[in-house]
Amino acid sequence: MSVLSLRRTRAAAAIAITALVGVSLVACSSGSSSGTSSDTSTGSSAGGAAALDAALAKGGDLTYWTWTPSAKAQVDAFEKVYPNVTVNLVNTGGAGDNNLKLQNAIKAGTGAPDVVQIEYQSLLQFVLPGDVLDLTQYGFDSLKDLYTPGPWGAVTSGGIWGLPQDSGPMAMFYNKTDFDKYGLTVPTTWDEYIAAAKKLHAADPTKFIANDTGDAGFTTSMIWQAGGRPFVSDGSAVTVNLQDSGSKKWADMWNQLNEPGLLDSVPGWTDQWFKALSDGSIATLVTGAWMPGVFEASAPDGSGQWRVAPIPTYDGTPVTAENGGSSEVVTKQSKSPELAAAFLRWLNSDPASIKVFLASGGFPATTADLSSSAFIDQESAYFGGQKINQVLVDASKTVAPGWQYMPWQSYANGIYGDTVGKSYLNHTDINEGLKAWQDENVTYGKDQGFTVKTN
Amino acid sequence: MSAAVTDSGIAPRGTPGGRGTRRRRVTIAGASPRAHPVGITGGPSNRLTIVMALFTVYTLLPLAWLLINATKTQQALFSSFGLWFSGPFAFVDNVRQVFAFDDGIFVRWLGNTLLYVVAGAGGATVLATFAGYGLAKYDFPGKRAVFGVVLGAIAIPGTALAVPTFLMFSQLGLTNTIWAIIVPSLVSPFGLYLIWVYAVDAVPYEILEAARIDGSGEWRTFFTISVRMLAPGIVTVLLFAVVATWNNYFLPLIMLSDPNLFPLTIGLQQWNLRATGVSASPIYNLVITGSVLAIVPIVVLFLFLQRYWQSGLAAGSVKA
Amino acid sequence: MSASAPPAVARRRPRSFVGLGFTAPFLLVFAFVLITPVVYSLYLSLFRDRLIGGRSFVGLSNYGHVLGDPKFWDGLGRVGLFLAVQVPIMLGLALVAALAIDSGRLRGASFFRMSVFLPYAVPGVVAVLMWGFMYGDQFGLAANLNDLIGSDVFRPMTPPWILVAIGNIVTWEFVGYNMLIFYSALRSIPHDLYEAAALDGAGSLRVVRSIKLPSLRPAIAIATIFSIIGSFQLFNEPNILRTLIPSVISTYFTPNMYAYNLSFVGQQYAYAATIAIVMGVVTAVIAYVVQLRGNREARS
Repeated sequence: MSVLSLRRTRAAAAIAITALVGVSLVACSSGSSSGTSSDTSTGSSAGGAAALDAALAKGGDLTYWTWTPSAKAQVDAFEKVYPNVTVNLVNTGGAGDNNLKLQNAIKAGTGAPDVVQIEYQSLLQFVLPGDVLDLTQYGFDSLKDLYTPGPWGAVTSGGIWGLPQDSGPMAMFYNKTDFDKYGLTVPTTWDEYIAAAKKLHAADPTKFIANDTGDAGFTTSMIWQAGGRPFVSDGSAVTVNLQDSGSKKWADMWNQLNEPGLLDSVPGWTDQWFKALSDGSIATLVTGAWMPGVFEASAPDGSGQWRVAPIPTYDGTPVTAENGGSSEVVTKQSKSPELAAAFLRWLNSDPASIKVFLASGGFPATTADLSSSAFIDQESAYFGGQKINQVLVDASKTVAPGWQYMPWQSYANGIYGDTVGKSYLNHTDINEGLKAWQDENVTYGKDQGFTVKTN
Repeated sequence: MSAAVTDSGIAPRGTPGGRGTRRRRVTIAGASPRAHPVGITGGPSNRLTIVMALFTVYTLLPLAWLLINATKTQQALFSSFGLWFSGPFAFVDNVRQVFAFDDGIFVRWLGNTLLYVVAGAGGATVLATFAGYGLAKYDFPGKRAVFGVVLGAIAIPGTALAVPTFLMFSQLGLTNTIWAIIVPSLVSPFGLYLIWVYAVDAVPYEILEAARIDGSGEWRTFFTISVRMLAPGIVTVLLFAVVATWNNYFLPLIMLSDPNLFPLTIGLQQWNLRATGVSASPIYNLVITGSVLAIVPIVVLFLFLQRYWQSGLAAGSVKA
Repeated sequence: MSASAPPAVARRRPRSFVGLGFTAPFLLVFAFVLITPVVYSLYLSLFRDRLIGGRSFVGLSNYGHVLGDPKFWDGLGRVGLFLAVQVPIMLGLALVAALAIDSGRLRGASFFRMSVFLPYAVPGVVAVLMWGFMYGDQFGLAANLNDLIGSDVFRPMTPPWILVAIGNIVTWEFVGYNMLIFYSALRSIPHDLYEAAALDGAGSLRVVRSIKLPSLRPAIAIATIFSIIGSFQLFNEPNILRTLIPSVISTYFTPNMYAYNLSFVGQQYAYAATIAIVMGVVTAVIAYVVQLRGNREARS
């Protein structure tokens, strides 16, 4: 067998030819676009809204990317009301794959859908480079009062970039069976929570008050609740301060669970985790109000064991934060922006659509639904007949204002495990982990051309 | 004398009188049914069988997990011990659900995968066989460079090439089409090297010379004689290409956004995300059962191709 | 040895364009599918992408940055170590399995051939799913083994063991693949060699040493090179496991994962391209060195 040669004599010619092809491709393809300014919109609101209605009457085709379970039912309902419009629904599986495909399509300059689901935390990443259509021109500001302040704030910063689909005010889901069995009282403050954690784990070392292997979304929401505002995004000027008083407050509190090993190391959103939720290994779950649907679907064996209570606080005053939640947006690439905007308007503000959404266990962002007595008084069989929405709606009213995400939040969350993960793994001070995370974020932000400060 | 066996490799052939025999024997693939070479002493060894059996436990255990869990209902999956049966035997029901879910998209995915495999893997085997043979048996300008370039290109991690490939295909309007899967599947550098290595030894020059002297053109020789001798190698390359295309995941993920074009891997992973992600729908049992179903055709293919591994070689033909 | 051999026979490899004809179809598709993106990546590596400011030309500074990037070296060191341990073990197992199945001394050889091959047929995602379960220290097999022994010894998904755990998965997945390569090569050995050996009274082990192993040398070389390339490009297994243990497996656990996360999570396509090119060069150099040593041994 002859030697492998790294001489590229003849192949050099071949490479040169393909290089020419490659270079011409580069010239054609759109790289990531420059510019940070948000689109300013023109045109009167009233004219904008009428244009949407006209587009609906005229009809056409749309592509809608989402991973919401109720999407198909919503699309079906929409097509019944507007038979001239055909919506091509694509289930993208989850936020990660969804964003990946969207990024690729944007980079290629073609292939992006008309309407796409984007989590609140990832919005800026698409808004800043100008990939999302500003909906102010279609009179969407008149829809402001339909939504609670948190979600609305998440989709509006220098423009109206989409409409909220749901919200996720945090509450505490707890396993009543465990609490009764081990004589725990439902905590209202974090100190009580920590006490309950110790009591539970001492009584039965296979049981834990909660699990946490490092969840950036959870951490940021908890910092939010503790009063921290570590991220400030103002165009290209960003502040990252994960050592502000709120961050420290949460980290010091959570250390009391992490360092003595009171947190289970089952990773969330795995089949092992669902098992643990079903059999009482995990006694509480502090997470967003969209969780009941997931309980019912994936932890059916836990039915009847769980209840909902307000999230514990530091000093007894009710306050909470949002965790997760998505919006839908219209992309700049859309060839039928008015039709897309009209569909979006129906999708996230029309009562018929929201009704379908709620039926599959979603938690609304609309004030009307949050205050409807039918919604509030619903009894949940899974939660032992408790009127869980009472707790969840109350939570939605205590969401602390003023929170912002970074323009590169998906990336930041992606590297959370690299940095803060060590603290969970080794049961050491989370503050140090947060500092490491902050440093990585500052480096990344500067690399990306932002001006980044740390206080 | 034991001149037939030397330490440096296979006995030199084509040396007139080298072994004192001038036999001309050509065996065609599949004609020799014996599973092992002739003349080896010793019958079946129990010790060897036991050792291999232990090894097989290692290779088959996770698959047993898969099979066992494909018989469980969604409910039982999350509440039972993984390595034994539990609850009602739901395999048939799971299979039915797999085929019915989402308006039967699984069948569509199965069909897509078959298409990609036949066109892509089949094409890859053809191209690799031609090219490997060419490299093994002929000399041409630039031949040495080919090795270097092919190796150099595959030494670069594919994940970083995914975006340029995507952009390229996007410019040509090929993204989200079947060609986005089939065309990249046509390149099997490993197949190229395999056939090349096999062809060097498996297709002796004497046979080629004999054919040339008989007046056969190169391509005719290739199709009528060489291919048969390369059969075990071709079959191996085909099997590998089929498995690689069948299990192809990353590039299709990037290239396709229309679920109607998905191969099985992407479709199953989507179901997996739906089953365990935030928008959890209870279909984890479909993921498991779907995975089992996805393996079955490969097994069938393997069983079908087995006989081509019977020796199909010329055993030293020398011109009389 | 008279002059009965005409010159045409002495020239063993006709130098002509026929060979090019055989090779051309492959090369054309190859150029399109692989060369063009590589060239584009090379071009891209000279730039820099920023969310604010777009794309700008930076020459070779990305390469300088890579060489000073601790995350890159962390990943590179890890796959190097992985490679040094896992590849010999896997190829050794595959070789023994192939020889055993080909030996004719195994009962039910076809069954073993299929069973050893089967893991390769399983899609990577499913394979990691299965092993992820087995490794689980709460519900998985590791947990049961721990209970049996009464200690906490088996914890495959913790930092000291994670590389071994991944190595096990990769070995499990690919031992059948390599076994088949060796097996096919063994199947190609002409029978008259065995007949001659039998005539000489050679036993099984002698046959293995003198006939089979030498014939396998090219196949072993190929399998080694491709395993080396595969190890340097390790991605699938750690990436999927990462969702289970994000604190143990970082985004730069292997260079390939680093490039992936830079591209698809961080949108730093140019830097990712640079990492890929550097990895490609490292891999090619190592593969070339291995190849050279293999040739030297073959000739000696």
